[in-house]
Amino acid sequence: MLRVSSPLVLGIESSCDETGVGIVRGTELLANAVASSVDEHVRFGGVVPEVASRAHLEAMVPMIEKAQADAGVSVADVDAIAVTCGPGLTGALLVGIAAAKALALAYDKPLYGVNHLVAHVCVDQLVHGPLPRPTAALLVSGGHTSLLLVDDVATDVQMLGETIDDAAGEAFDKVARLLGLPYPGGPHVDRVARDGDGTTIAFPRGLTGGRDLDRHRFDFSFSGLKSAVARHVEHEERMGREISVPDVAASFQDAVCDVLSAKTMKACVANGVEHLVVGGGVAANGRLRQFVEERAARHGIEVRVPPPVLCTDNGAMVAALGAAVVSAGLPPSSLDLAADSSLPVTRVVA
Amino acid sequence: MLVLALDTASPTVSVALHDGTSVLASVTGADAMHHGEQLAPAIARALAEAGRAMGDVTAVATGVGPGPFTGLRVGVVTARTLGASLGVPVHGVCSLDVVAEQARAEGRDGTFAVATDARRKEVYWAAYETAGDRVRRTSGPQVARAADVAALLGGDVPVIGRGADLYADDLARGEGPSDPDAGVLAALVASGRADVVEPEPMYLRRPDAVPPGARKRAS
Repeated sequence: MLRVSSPLVLGIESSCDETGVGIVRGTELLANAVASSVDEHVRFGGVVPEVASRAHLEAMVPMIEKAQADAGVSVADVDAIAVTCGPGLTGALLVGIAAAKALALAYDKPLYGVNHLVAHVCVDQLVHGPLPRPTAALLVSGGHTSLLLVDDVATDVQMLGETIDDAAGEAFDKVARLLGLPYPGGPHVDRVARDGDGTTIAFPRGLTGGRDLDRHRFDFSFSGLKSAVARHVEHEERMGREISVPDVAASFQDAVCDVLSAKTMKACVANGVEHLVVGGGVAANGRLRQFVEERAARHGIEVRVPPPVLCTDNGAMVAALGAAVVSAGLPPSSLDLAADSSLPVTRVVA
Repeated sequence: MLVLALDTASPTVSVALHDGTSVLASVTGADAMHHGEQLAPAIARALAEAGRAMGDVTAVATGVGPGPFTGLRVGVVTARTLGASLGVPVHGVCSLDVVAEQARAEGRDGTFAVATDARRKEVYWAAYETAGDRVRRTSGPQVARAADVAALLGGDVPVIGRGADLYADDLARGEGPSDPDAGVLAALVASGRADVVEPEPMYLRRPDAVPPGARKRAS
């Protein structure tokens, strides 16, 4: 079995609309080549799986070559190939998995199918060094809203809570559309909200009261919030009043950030965790970081947020988790590795 | 010469190795579908059966469909990545041509068509005619309903392939292979008789997606 202390690993990511190939040596980032098909999804107002999969096919070999050139290493030199095998869009995942298997075959390298969500946590090791044990992680993107408890990033990860309907990023996209803002909605809502007052409209905080709290203590729900924003906009239109886009955006954004940060703090306290990683594309949201950092400071919790380029989907995070898994001496995946669109976080390696 | 050929345009994964003289190994996936799971082990097995190493491969050939997109892409991205890694050329061949060539090699003569399953009550199809030791594609590939293909071809043109098996009521089903065989693909490429194209999937259909219309009311 392979066990290398600072393994050189190439990682491939293709679970959604980013084609990423990264190379790391242990916790050192050597290359992070990413191609995005986001522009092709704009007119559809969301990621179209077939459009994403076609784009992955076109970008895959160019990104593999770019990562090697950027890192100044050849795949021939790496200790292992890692690839996201879930969770994500099946057709999109399959492009990356097939490419990773082809590399493993061509260069006779071990293959590790790894968990996308855990990779989002692990990537922080490339920036802020080894993860303290235990660490909590709040992952927020267009596809996921998850709260994880990570005792060992390679071997011991638990799901504390997740969204029961829309991902937070999806809610940003839908509300942006309601407000006439472009896709993807997150950065636009964030920008517009800076001129608004988040206390103007009391939008609901999902799963924060009564029986919901018993059953879904650390889970999230954003579907009702999105509908509440829609009802508010429609009501104002019926009343013949012009809505204040900045105030609606700010009130919506505060509702999202309030519930995300409040539940995260409760989960940290309940589990005696003093370190928190925030990842995923929505981690770039300024207001979310403000909410989390203010509340974490009150609880004495250290917050680690990777830079935006490592928060959005990328291959370096997959390589980083691959390196952690190789360092832990875990066995590689088999060549018949499958895509698993709902891979649980408890399975770090498939 | 060692040609590694693969096709994932049909429900069955097919892999073969050809040394310029004959097929050294031919591996067919055990179950229908699951291309992403079966292709890489099939390649490893073909190499082992032929007693060759990946480094011996001098060219990669891949069926480029038309076929169901997800499986098709598994084959094309595998071929492209292997080609780039090994530094060898990657040849794309229309998967329907492979079925047609096998039918010719098995004795079919004259004009015929190949149809495969395009799902949604449609077939991918192309028309061929034989000329000596070759088949020539005279039309297609296209995607259409089986009945429309029959009307276009006329009633007496035999149609082979899985699409003809599926729509035997509409098409004049002829004897022949159902799916592309990578051994035939490898031989076509090794002999220089293939109509080689870029390793780019023949999608023939746009992605299923429409830009959103007016917003639905929440109240």
